[in-house]
Amino acid sequence: MTTPAPRSAPNSSVLPEGWGMVIGLEVHCELATATKLFCGCPNHFGDQPNTNTCPTCLGLPGSLPVLNEHAVELAMRLGRALHCDVNRSVFSRKNYFYPDQPKDYQVTQYDLPTNLGGHLDLPSGHRIGITRAHIEEDTGKLNHVGGGGRIHDAEHSLVDYNRSGVPLVEIVSEADMRSSEQAKEYATELRAILLATGVSDAKMEEGSMRVDANVSVHHLGEPWGTRCEIKNLNSVRSLGRAIDHEALRQIDLLNNGETVRQETRHWDEASGRTGTLRVKEDADDYRYFPEPDLVPLVPSAADIARIDAALPVLPAARRSALADAAGVLATSGGVVVAVERGLDHLAQAAIRSGADAGRVLTHVEHNLAVDGAAALSPEGFGDLVKMETSGELTATQAKTVLAEMVATGGAPAAIAQARGFEALDGSALEGIIDGLIAAHAEEWEHFRNGDDKARGKLTGFFVGKVMQASNGQADGKAATALLRAKAGL
Amino acid sequence: MASLSREEVAHVAQLARLNLTDEQLDTFTPQLAAILANAADVEALDLDDVPPTSHPYPLQNVWRPDVVRQSGVRDAVLAAAPATQDGMFRVPSVLGDAP
Repeated sequence: MTTPAPRSAPNSSVLPEGWGMVIGLEVHCELATATKLFCGCPNHFGDQPNTNTCPTCLGLPGSLPVLNEHAVELAMRLGRALHCDVNRSVFSRKNYFYPDQPKDYQVTQYDLPTNLGGHLDLPSGHRIGITRAHIEEDTGKLNHVGGGGRIHDAEHSLVDYNRSGVPLVEIVSEADMRSSEQAKEYATELRAILLATGVSDAKMEEGSMRVDANVSVHHLGEPWGTRCEIKNLNSVRSLGRAIDHEALRQIDLLNNGETVRQETRHWDEASGRTGTLRVKEDADDYRYFPEPDLVPLVPSAADIARIDAALPVLPAARRSALADAAGVLATSGGVVVAVERGLDHLAQAAIRSGADAGRVLTHVEHNLAVDGAAALSPEGFGDLVKMETSGELTATQAKTVLAEMVATGGAPAAIAQARGFEALDGSALEGIIDGLIAAHAEEWEHFRNGDDKARGKLTGFFVGKVMQASNGQADGKAATALLRAKAGL
Repeated sequence: MASLSREEVAHVAQLARLNLTDEQLDTFTPQLAAILANAADVEALDLDDVPPTSHPYPLQNVWRPDVVRQSGVRDAVLAAAPATQDGMFRVPSVLGDAP
């Protein structure tokens, strides 16, 4: 397991000295079921408006909800992946008047949610508490017409109930995050868990994963301030930007002697600002009461044991396994990227075959993370790294060979030979450098006697010439070392 | 002993989007208070060992398999709606997002 870090994280760097921010996140994710939560309508994004509706999800008189068994299974699976206790739970009605809910209430879980009290370990080592993860139904989608599509100027709204009744889990975190970076990390890690467990397709751009952020600020060492909730965050990047903007807005207010009002604010990606949406209602205002049409959910110990046994290895455990194999920290960049991109099994196999772990992780982080490892075999990858370690290939050559291995699946030795890659032996390198010193006497003088800045520049100059002269076969590090040795440094 | 103020009744009425006149508030406040007082009799009992009852039936874990059933009601429902546009229900503009 990842080592849990202390709960107090460092102050976010975007804030003025002496200020801190406190962040909790509420994440809604649509469950990957075939049908809706309480009826047999398809749970499918992007269909023609209102084609996936029936009397139940349209709230017509006489209709009754019947719970989707698979939705319960997925919700419990997520709960266990987040180390929650799975409890006896009861559905409640949350009453409000808004056309996104044709029934004038949303069926959710209130005082008795399915999952309670878990945690999520961030790749950076911080442990974020999970308050609860409860099951509820999604709402319909409103399209605001007129007024340029802006909510406040719309002339009327068009309602599509295809999404109404789609099963959701809302995951509520503790207010354990202290910077936008941690919030982004949390959202990214949670998404990885949702994908690994098959609970949701977690597409932020399609709204199957939606993140709301509760943000407050305070003088460090003093009690937390009033929080605002930010909605309409459509990407992890928006989440980070919106949190930093909101924290600075609150600090501005307080510095001007004003107060922060508890309210819901809307993030506008284009202008990079948040604006007031409405003053937050109290829970009392929703008049929750138990949903009479749905009976309690009571998971058995056997259900929970079966779910635990079927859980896949989660990202945190995969990071920790790779870190152990590589002899590095689970928080190191190469490990985090390897697991994020699903390259950890490849890296582990290469390391097990005897390839240098540092070089393996460097290739994963810098050369494989972006383009993937399509045709690359663990054996070939291991062999390549061994050739690099032994000096048969320079770092630059290894990168080129690796790219071709990814594309064609070829063996490294064959590719290196076909490209005429043979690392320069020491005497050839020395010959090239001696020639360069003779041809560039003035630069050489500056290299030997100049200050660090001049030497840095001239190192680039000479190594570049070495590469030119050797057709890229020289090893940059070896060339630099030899230059310094010849200069008596 | 439960008590209920006129302001609380006005607040609950507002949440239910009921426009009550002053006279109606005067009428309903004591009526609702009497109902609560009735329920308050139960509070006098020692119920520490009785779990809260959310449902009267001895049932739990009632569910259905995750299998699609198309209803095909869309056109009939849209035809019965006061206003539609582009296959959607057309409603008056409502300020703000969902509560």
